[in-house]
Amino acid sequence: MAKFKTKTGKELKPLNTASLPDIVFMLLFFFMISVSFRQTERVVTVRLPEATEIAKLDRKDLASYINIGTPIPAYQGQYGTDARIQLNDSFSTIEDIRDFIAASRESMPEGDRPLMTIALKVDENVHMGIVTDVKQELRRTSALKIMYSTRRKAEQHNF
Amino acid sequence: MARPAGDINAGSMADIAFLLLIFFLVTTTMDVETGIQRRLPPMPDENQQTEVEQINKRNIMVVLINSSDRLFARGQEMHITMLKDKVKEFLTNPANLPDMPEKREKEIEGFGTTMVSRAVVSLQNHRGTSYNAYIQVQNELVKAFNEVRDEFAMQHFGKKYDSLEEDQQRIVRDAVPLNLSEREPSEVKSRRR
Repeated sequence: MAKFKTKTGKELKPLNTASLPDIVFMLLFFFMISVSFRQTERVVTVRLPEATEIAKLDRKDLASYINIGTPIPAYQGQYGTDARIQLNDSFSTIEDIRDFIAASRESMPEGDRPLMTIALKVDENVHMGIVTDVKQELRRTSALKIMYSTRRKAEQHNF
Repeated sequence: MARPAGDINAGSMADIAFLLLIFFLVTTTMDVETGIQRRLPPMPDENQQTEVEQINKRNIMVVLINSSDRLFARGQEMHITMLKDKVKEFLTNPANLPDMPEKREKEIEGFGTTMVSRAVVSLQNHRGTSYNAYIQVQNELVKAFNEVRDEFAMQHFGKKYDSLEEDQQRIVRDAVPLNLSEREPSEVKSRRR
């Protein structure tokens, strides 16, 4: 016969939660330090293409971003739906790239300037014409280190 | 007068901290910037007459994407899934065919002499090519180079390229140079038919 003992002698003590805030605060500080708020507002829609042979950008602080895509719906009345270039927060033209590169070079420490990377965030449906123009302008300003931003694609097994 | 200060009830401290924690958890974007890294060739000096380096026809593979995203390699239309193997075959030239790239002996510091292929892959695109097609082709080309490098590294060092020492990586880079060129856009324009 099974016997069930009722524990009468020991009272179950409530779990001590005094250190819980400490743990939570620790997590909180971690996230607070690692968080980086988005600095620029996108005025063009960019859906990045997928690729497998990708490398991580190891110095985020040395990257400048050039967005190319169709304007977001709010600006389509003004700028149309053709692909446009976005530098910083505003629509720009090819001619503005020179100043943009010069300004980003200026803001970097002297020693790191050769390591500056231009990340091209280009929508996958954009035609190459505008991208080629941007690349030519980058060559003219000798900002030669570029990165085509892509999303990571799960490795496909063909056939 | 002064009452003995009682303990502050810290029971809700955890709740507040949780609330903040959840806010930061939700707002944090831990995206790492990833992409295909390339180096553009410097702009040729306009005043200076640059000598066009003559590349033997057998050493060059022209990969062309036309304005309707069709892919041609060495004048032959092909599907993107076949491109990588075609480029790898071109880079290694295993059968030493006369219409495939020649190999030259090259002295590499710290390794000795090895046969280095003189293959050059030339990527050409039209202004109407979609960016997605361009990136897919770039990706396949880089993949082909990476696999050839991995094979070389496997054969000589027994490890993949990524897990080699820095010095060994330099040797592999010298032995399998990434000769991927892009045609000057003006030339493409003038050649448009």
